[in-house]
This record gives sequence, structure tokens and C-alpha cells, in this order.
Amino acid sequence: MTMINRALNFLFWAAPALVILLLMGPLLAGLLGVGAPALGYFPALGGVELTVDYLHKALHVPGFWHSVHLSIWIGLATTLISFVIVIGFFAAFWDAPLFGKITRFVSPLMSVPHAAAAFGFAFLFAPSGWLIRLLSPWATGFDRPPDWLIINDPLGYALLAGLVLKEIPFLFLMSLSAASQINVDQRLKLARSLGYGRIWAWITVVMPALYRQIRLPIFAVIAFSSSVVDVALILGPNLPPSLPVQILRWMNDPDIEMRFVAAAGAVFQLGATLFALLVWRFLEIVCSYLMRQMQAKGMRHQNDGAVRALFSLAMLTIVLISLASLIILGIWSLAGYWRFPEALPRTLGLNRWMDNASYLWGPTLNAVNIGVAATLISVGLTLICLENECRHNIRLTQKALRLIYLPLIVPQIAFISGISILLVRYGLDGSFWPVTLMHVVFVFPYTYLALEASFHDLDPRYMQTATALGKSQNRIFFHIKLPMLLRPILTALALGFTISVAQYIPTLLIGAGRVPTITTEAVALASGGDRRLIGIYALVQTLLPAIGFVLALALPKLLYPNKIYFAKQQER
Amino acid sequence: MADHSLNLKDLTISLGDQVLFHLNAEIKAGEVLTVMGPSGSGKSTLLNAISGFLSPRFTCQGQIMLDGEDITHKDPSARHVGLMFQEPLLFPHMSVEENLLFALPRGGSKQERCEKVREKLRAVRLEELGARDPLTLSGGQQSRIALMRVLLSNPKALLLDEPFSSLDVDLRSRVRQFVFTQARENQLPVLMVTHDQADAEAANGPIINLLNHK
Repeated sequence: MTMINRALNFLFWAAPALVILLLMGPLLAGLLGVGAPALGYFPALGGVELTVDYLHKALHVPGFWHSVHLSIWIGLATTLISFVIVIGFFAAFWDAPLFGKITRFVSPLMSVPHAAAAFGFAFLFAPSGWLIRLLSPWATGFDRPPDWLIINDPLGYALLAGLVLKEIPFLFLMSLSAASQINVDQRLKLARSLGYGRIWAWITVVMPALYRQIRLPIFAVIAFSSSVVDVALILGPNLPPSLPVQILRWMNDPDIEMRFVAAAGAVFQLGATLFALLVWRFLEIVCSYLMRQMQAKGMRHQNDGAVRALFSLAMLTIVLISLASLIILGIWSLAGYWRFPEALPRTLGLNRWMDNASYLWGPTLNAVNIGVAATLISVGLTLICLENECRHNIRLTQKALRLIYLPLIVPQIAFISGISILLVRYGLDGSFWPVTLMHVVFVFPYTYLALEASFHDLDPRYMQTATALGKSQNRIFFHIKLPMLLRPILTALALGFTISVAQYIPTLLIGAGRVPTITTEAVALASGGDRRLIGIYALVQTLLPAIGFVLALALPKLLYPNKIYFAKQQER
Repeated sequence: MADHSLNLKDLTISLGDQVLFHLNAEIKAGEVLTVMGPSGSGKSTLLNAISGFLSPRFTCQGQIMLDGEDITHKDPSARHVGLMFQEPLLFPHMSVEENLLFALPRGGSKQERCEKVREKLRAVRLEELGARDPLTLSGGQQSRIALMRVLLSNPKALLLDEPFSSLDVDLRSRVRQFVFTQARENQLPVLMVTHDQADAEAANGPIINLLNHK
């Protein structure tokens, strides 16, 4: 008994160091694995001299600057549009009935993997997509798909739209949880009673506090959308593609020398994302200056009816498009013969599901295994770290949080390509545990953020009561804290699983193609264009996280039937 | 039953350079010492010091003696000081009986332990509550169960932190009588922090105001 206790105490003591090692180790190794070959040094591939040749080579690939420009532009535009729509909607409809209704739709949308959302978007808006089918031929006169380049357009508008569709639910939920930590209602009442219009009141008194809380998630959105690969493979431009896709092509080039060029490309990707972050920082400074100017003038902006209508329209459109994307995925997965421009397939059936069941099974099982293992490790480490903070009476500062967020702010393609080079060198690529541990790096930040508030908000007097009853800290952790936090823990597990299932680049590069998951398989179908098959894979990809969230909702009731405590939490 | 006693010898709590209070007190078995004072005078700090939850921001000098043993710097889980707060704080994920079993010190078979708990409940005529979800109990019932929970852990002293202020007036005097009777029967020294003059009078023991102990 004391042995176990001592081991546990040691674990709690060592946890923060372990986490830092687990998060920072891969990051540093990856940057090293990219930096050295970019400068020509990688003995295993015959590079023993430092040289800037490969950086030059990357620069002189046709269309390179266009690729860089695409990445920066997509990163900034996605973030700006998503941010404005989310904040605008919060400002216009906080405490209105519409807000609650939209929240109910937006929360589940967060769990839809990027790739699935992108496929749904393509099926909806392609020239032969559902939208044009619904409008043809009665409104458009088309009896053949028009020859328009909507998806994969060279300027990346489709990619931009697909990303906005996914980043809005993310920023929405982040803002929602941030809003619960600042007393929004009180601030609003004060400003409104001073005669400020609804939106302007929100922007002047709530947003500054809220923005501080969602700043890191916003940076994560910039980094993600400027370096995204899976959505870009589905919706993005082809000739030239955006920079991250270009890097992936170089990595897959049979010519071994192109590995060095890929590493050089990754260094430019780091630069591109950093540039996008700096531009955003500059925008922050300009906006806060303008805000202060306007506030000092005492503007009230009371007539904001038109703006409110605009934001409700924008948000409703986003929700409708997202829902329609999921529906069209479902329709295609069941579709039999479907001629353009008919609005629906003539027959629906499960034949394609049956035919592909045996191929689906392996990748699905891989995704579930990796997801469950990575999530359990992440949530376990999160709880141990939080308990450790509790015992030593510390709370992480914003600065420390930045460290946890770092893996989400450094572009995946840039450092994971470096890790994969190292793993190949030591023959560790293409197996279960490296992929799983790589997932932990991206899952942990989310599970930590999801659990932090509930863990610290637990009434300390419960623990004091138990201590006074003579219970050890370890016993209290397992018998009081964990069960009382059952619901937030399950939610964090479901969230972590969602994040893991959606990972494309870590799975592809660390798995070296030998650990196929439902996500890597789905994205691989993008170039084929078999819509029925894509529909099936994307739907399975969407269903996995959904099942996780349903379990998270149902389990407390099954484990603790008739306990008012858990029923009450559900109402909230 | 052993004769318990709680002894505060030259207990001085300070925050930085500022002394919150300086206290000498002896509480004999079955006696209730009432501590009063406006908010900010250090009432909860005193309770935290005795129960072992004093924040490291404070410095604590002097001695806290429980049954003649110095517990000033002892681990809170080894002090055997029972705590009752304003809210009963029954663990919401356990049944009433599980709450009580959790408090009972280790040892004995499951059956023996359950029997001990039921016996305790029978003695105060609350046996029908055992299987209930604590959140379905009335405020008065929750307070009584919370006290039973503390007593089952075999404390050597009892600290009460405004224990009756969440109850309405009617219930208050009854629960109060119940708590004091139980403490006396178990020969426990009691330290009670309260705002309420009626609590202090009912305690029928010495009263100190922390403001006079700067």
C-alpha cells in the first residue's frame, strides 16, 4: 500500500517535467530534423556539408512564391473572417434566444473532422454539386455541369471557405468558454445603461477581456490554416498548390535529394506562418488604437439593427452549409444511379457500404486504437498535472500556457516532417506508439484546457472535509475528485478523441503510410473522385467522434444512476 | 472514552508584518469555545491553522496542542480534527451510507463496517436515510448526517465554521442542540466560529472576540 502511494506521489511530482518533455521533445527534435537537412546536413542521406543550395533550390521551383503567398493569405483571411463572424454574432445576439439555438447546432459541428467537412463542402458547391443540381435546370438552364473551376480554384477561395466553415465552430466554443470566465452580463448591463448600443457595448466592454482569453486559440487558427494539408488536398489549388502541400509532394518525391528541398520548404513554412502571426499582431495594435480613439469620442452606435441582421444571416448561413454538407455526404454514401441535374439519386442502397465494409474495418480500428490510447494518456497526464498544481498551490500563468499551446502554433508540416526524417533514420517510423505519442502532443493542449477550469473550480472544502476525515491526498484524488469531475473528464476524453481522429499529417508522416486511419484513407480518396466511396469514409470519420460525445453524455447516468448531482450537471 | 483537550498556546498568526491575532485558550472535553469577530478578523484563518489548511502566505507561531500532542505542523490528514462547514458538503456522488463508510477508519470486514454505520444512524434515529442520495435530503438532515460523518472518523476535536447559518431559524436551534449534545456525549472539545449571537449563547461556554486579541 505504501509502495503504491509512494509511486503515486512520485508520479504527481514528476508529471510536469514529463509533460514538458513529451510536448517540447518532439517539437525540438522536429525543428532540428528540419533545420539540419535544410542546410544540407544529414549524413544518413549523404549530406555532410553545410550549404544553402537547397534553400535556393526551393526558392527557384516554379510558383514557389505563389505557394508561400497562398499560405499566408489563407491563414490570415480564414482567421479574420471566422473571428469577425464569431465575435459579431456574440456581440449581436448574446442573451438573445437565437444564441442558445445556434449554440446547440455549433457545438456538435466542432467534432466534425476537417477532411469530412471539406468533402461535404465540395459535394455541395462543385459544378456538379448538390446546389447546382437543386437549381438545375429550372433556374440555371444547365443540363450538364458547367465548366467552372469552383473547387481547387487557383486563388484558394474554396479552401478559404472550407476552413472558415470549420474554424467558426472552434472559435465559437473557445469564446463561449472564455465568456463563462468573465462576468459578461454585468459588464453589458453597465454599458447598456450608459446608452451604448448592443453590439458596440459588447465590443467596448466585453471584447477586450474576452480577447485576452481567446488569443492563443486565434494564433492556433492562424498557424493551422496557413499550414493545413488535408483540407488543401481536397479543396485547395493544384498548380501551384499552397506551400504545405508542396512540401508534402517534395517529401514523397522518389528522388532522395528532394528530401533536402522539402526540409528547406518546411523552413520557409515556419517563416510564412510566423509572418502571418506578425501581421495579425500588427492588426491587433492598429485595432486597439482605433478602438481607444472611438471610445474616447463616446460614440454609442445605438442603431445597429442592420449589422445585427447581417451577423445573424452570416451565422445561419454557416450552420446551414455545414448541416447540408453532412447531409450530402450521407446521400452520396447511399446513392445508386444519380444523373445530373436530378436533385436526388434515383435509388438509395447500402451496397457500397457492404462492398467496402472489409476495407473500412482496419483503418477505423486503427483510428479508434490510436485515438483511445492518445486520449487516455493525455487526460491522465492532464489530471496528474492539475493535481500537482493543486498540491503545490500553483496555477499556470498565461506564459506557461503558451508553452502548452506551442505545438498548436508551430505548423505541423514543418516540424513533423523533421521528426519523420529522424524516425526513418532510426527505423522507428510506421508503428503504433510513435503515431500515438505524436497525437498526444496535439491532444494534450485541448484536454488540459478543457479540464483546467473545472478542476480548479471544485469546492476545496470537499477536499478539506475528506482530509479532516483522515484521508490521504492520493485517496482523495481517486475517491473524491475523479468521481466528482466525472462529467468534465468524459467531455475532455470525447474532445481529445475528436482531435486525434481528425489528425492527418501526424498520422501520415509518422505512420509512414503503414498505420492507415480512416482520416488518411479518406483524404487519399480525394484525387480519385469516387463520391460514393468518399461519402462513406467521410461519414465514418464523422461518426467516430460523435459516438465519443454520445458516450460522454450517457456514461454518468449508467455509472451513477439516480444521482441528482450528475443529472443537474447535464441540465447546465 | 479518552479525555480530549485542545490547547492553543501563544498562537500568533500574521500576514507579512501584520499580526492577525494572538491567542491563548484551552478547550476541555465537551466544552464549546465560541469565536466571534467581524469578517477579516481572521476567524477562518484560525480554523485553517488548527485543521492544517493554513495558506503558506501566513506565518504561524506558538503551539496547537491536541491531547497534549503538538500538531501545529502536522499533516492535516493525521490530525484527527473534525471539520464542519456552513454547507454540509456531503459527497454528491456517494449515497448517505457511502459517505459515512468513507469516514470510518480502515479495518473490519465490509459487513462489520456497514453494521457500525447503521448502528450510528440508528442511535440518532436516521437509519432510513442510509440508501438515499444526499442531495434529496432536507437541509437539517444533511447537517445531521455531516456531523455523523465527522464523528465516525473518531476525531479528537471538532471545529465548526458557521455550521448553522445556512439553516432557517426554526431548524437552526434543533440542529444546534443536536450537534452540541453529540459533542458532549463524545467528550470532544469544540471550537465554533459564528456571527450569530444565539449560537454563542446556546453553546453555553466561553466566548472570545478576535478583535480583542490583536
